Amino acid sequence: MKAVEPAIAEGTALEAVPSARGNPVIQVLRERRSALLGFFIVAFFIVLAIVGPSLAPYSWTVPSGPVYAPPSAQHLLGTDGSGVDVLSEMMYGGRTSLIVGFAAALVAMIVGGGIGLTAGYTGGGTDVGLMRLTDYFLVIPDLVLMIVIATVFGPSLSHVILVIGLLLWTTTARIVRSQVKSIRERVYVRRARSLGASHRRIVFQHILPQVAPLLIATTVLTIAYAIFDESALAFLGVGVPGVSWGTMLEHAFERTAMTEGAWWAFVPPGLAIGLVVVGCYLMGQAIEDALNPRLRVAHLSIHSWRVRPAGRVVAPAEEPGG
Amino acid sequence: MSLLRVEDLHVRFDLPHGGRLHAVQGVSFGVDDGERLGLVGESGCGKTTALLALMGLLPPTAEVDGHVEIDGVEILRGGEDAMRPSRWTDIAMIFQGAMNAFNPVKTVGSQIVEPMEFHGIATGSAAKDQAAELLRLVGIQPSAADRYPHEFSGGMRQRAAIAMALACNPKVLLADEPTTALDVMVQAQILQLLVALTKELGLAVILVTHDLPLVTQVCDRAVVMYAGRIAESGPVDTLFHDPRHPYTRLLFEATPDLTGDVDVVSIPGAPPRLDRELVGCPFEPRCDRAFDPCKVRTPALMDVAVNHEAACHLNDATVMAG
Amino acid sequence: MSASVVDAELLEVRDLVVRYPIRRGLLAALRREPRRFVSAVDGVSLSVRPGEMLAIVGESGCGKTSTAQAILRMVEAESGVVEVEGRDVTHLGAADLRPVRRIMQMVYQDPYESLDPRFRVRRAVEEPMVIHGIGGSKEERERLVLEALDRVDLSPPDLFVDRYPHELSGGQRQRVAIAASLVLDPKLLLADEPVSMLDVSVRAGILTLLDRLRRDGDMGVLMITHDLSTAAHFADRIAVMYLGRIVEEGPARQVIRAPQHPYTKALLSVVPKRDPRDRTEPQILQGETPNPVDLPTGCRFHPRCPVAEDRCRTIDPELHAARGAGEDHRAACVLV
Repeated sequence: MKAVEPAIAEGTALEAVPSARGNPVIQVLRERRSALLGFFIVAFFIVLAIVGPSLAPYSWTVPSGPVYAPPSAQHLLGTDGSGVDVLSEMMYGGRTSLIVGFAAALVAMIVGGGIGLTAGYTGGGTDVGLMRLTDYFLVIPDLVLMIVIATVFGPSLSHVILVIGLLLWTTTARIVRSQVKSIRERVYVRRARSLGASHRRIVFQHILPQVAPLLIATTVLTIAYAIFDESALAFLGVGVPGVSWGTMLEHAFERTAMTEGAWWAFVPPGLAIGLVVVGCYLMGQAIEDALNPRLRVAHLSIHSWRVRPAGRVVAPAEEPGG
Repeated sequence: MSLLRVEDLHVRFDLPHGGRLHAVQGVSFGVDDGERLGLVGESGCGKTTALLALMGLLPPTAEVDGHVEIDGVEILRGGEDAMRPSRWTDIAMIFQGAMNAFNPVKTVGSQIVEPMEFHGIATGSAAKDQAAELLRLVGIQPSAADRYPHEFSGGMRQRAAIAMALACNPKVLLADEPTTALDVMVQAQILQLLVALTKELGLAVILVTHDLPLVTQVCDRAVVMYAGRIAESGPVDTLFHDPRHPYTRLLFEATPDLTGDVDVVSIPGAPPRLDRELVGCPFEPRCDRAFDPCKVRTPALMDVAVNHEAACHLNDATVMAG
Repeated sequence: MSASVVDAELLEVRDLVVRYPIRRGLLAALRREPRRFVSAVDGVSLSVRPGEMLAIVGESGCGKTSTAQAILRMVEAESGVVEVEGRDVTHLGAADLRPVRRIMQMVYQDPYESLDPRFRVRRAVEEPMVIHGIGGSKEERERLVLEALDRVDLSPPDLFVDRYPHELSGGQRQRVAIAASLVLDPKLLLADEPVSMLDVSVRAGILTLLDRLRRDGDMGVLMITHDLSTAAHFADRIAVMYLGRIVEEGPARQVIRAPQHPYTKALLSVVPKRDPRDRTEPQILQGETPNPVDLPTGCRFHPRCPVAEDRCRTIDPELHAARGAGEDHRAACVLV
């Protein structure tokens, strides 16, 4: 018996969906206003951190005016408690804050991602051991440990980065692990295993790319936490030597800017920290969406809509004589 | 007069990126007391959407238009307020995968009592007695009312889901793929139960499925849907032995039969997208008997025999003549 | 069919046993309660010849999927032998297993899950070749990819190679998954419910494709399905499983037309027929398949069997040639 073949192969789709071309990140940035906003905020501060110090009108260490001079044409954001130009301090300080934020987030990503991936993929005893470790780190009060470590090792940029990074990896590790655990059981991963693919291949070709959006998204969110933590450390006086947004806040607090009514000494650094945190958050969400191809077509599927009561019912037109 | 009469039902969805999806395009049918009606077609043909529209359970992005009457009372016209009383008391639905929709921390009995109390049908011990009665009706020991869903097997949970749908004494029961995830033996038990319910309670059942043999074995009449419209409707015997729409015939030919020696052939291509206006017969690109008029003229649903309608130009003498 | 392989079975499984331990609670472990097991597969023997399609039919939990997994060495068998082309693969190490994995390919149930969502069709079909080092150059592999897509009727292949799985229909995805198996030139295809997740209109196409591949390519196919109609239509032989055992096995036509085991008879009676005039009274078994932890004594089917006798409680029947049926039609029931 020769099997009967359909006239047109089912494959010859009548409704060919064209492949989406172009960079998905750019596409999402274009479609989502909030993501674009986050992108601009973060990009603005990165550019500021790079070119700012060379544009700064005054020195960031030497006083250039009277103490707590209000904003004026000479000092656009006024001066701080020691007479240093706030705008110049902001520009220099942004560099430190962003370096700490990004580098600490990177440390957290590598440590947390590595531990999460290992625990999730190997499972068994390794998994239990690594997760126990993560739990211990999670229950340690962050700030207290940070202060202890920072005071023991002494203040330096790399110490602050390591301290923050080594405290922020737990969330990443937990998220990555649970994701890896579920991906590992996906049919296409099992298929690769049954084909005889090596562990390295399965991890790097199938699992890591699938976790990447989540990893990147959590890392971007971690940047926000790291910048926040840096400010907190600086505020407590165990931060990075030199100027950062955090140390600016600390100085303003120490020199009673609040009671002096010198809002320009603490509002700019506080606002900058807040903006970067919000920017990172908006970006983090957008990246997660962008790198996940399934999410991009989800809107085409009726099944993805949750069934909720209250459909909009259009009252049918009155029937003549009905 | 039919117990449930659906006339010219339209459902349109607003898509998030603009455009509209015309999921149900003017569907009319009716069911009588004790009748079992099958609603068949491929996935995405609008069968489930039509049912959800009857239940008033579509998301707010949906716009529902048309007449739905139960016992001569229009239930669609008044919007959500008028829908609420009739939902579950006049018309009830078993959802696809309903057996997995139980609350795991409440006993099965209490979950059957819930809708009764909500609709003021019965309260307290009276409701409990009714729940026990319902469980007995669907073939579960009434004493099992105090057990939790996880203590039930898949088939028992599906029976309990049917009992829950019957809690408010509905006249019409909508069953959306009620046996999809079940084994053949359990499927047979559930189908037997549905048949018994129509005979004993005079319940009207609308069975939505893509599995044609289920419909031919269980239902009296069937409506074949394609691309949001009715392609053909009539008694199941007529549909099988004298199909007047090529889609009906091809669907049967695509279904393997236990004893049939004829080859099974799949239907080439895929159903059209419903987010754009269709010109001509929606089935034309996949039809093995399409001819020129099919490309430009949309066939109307017309009577081809008593109780038997089809929307195909092949039945239309005027089109065939010229 | 070349002469050398006529007699050799492509796949030979003997007395396969797969058991999964049930997790004990801490308390149970301390009390030294005995470890309990789920007997998923309990002494299954079967064989597949080149170009032959064997269907394993049964309800969920009967052990059909575990059987396939054990053949593929995705789960380890507790005992028994799996021979592929006469070679025992049950104890092969990872390195020796690789060439065997190449000739045994699996088609999974859910085409939405069996393709990596971020791999375009090209990469999905190419991957098995990369893993097994087939097709020296990139151009050569590209040619093989297009050829495989053409073989599964995704034509023209150029239209499909650059697509992502979410841009394909279910049937198309299943075809891509099959193409990804075909590039390795497998001799045995294990298909686990290959169409149960697909729309009725495309099921026949996938099954016809499998059917054609085994006829043209001398490929053996082991299809796992719960759908007797599908098995009746496409398989040469059918094996019916119940609670980890094969209870009946024989040529498809004979099993369907003259079932011997009471379980097969019941199963056949509840399959809905296409023709509404063909409404037979289904012989509905009470209850559901018991769980494979506490197995019934004697014949496993006796608690639900409509024709059970007293001896069925004690005698565990072997699979034997059924009286009045052909030599190759066997059933495990004392009454036949």
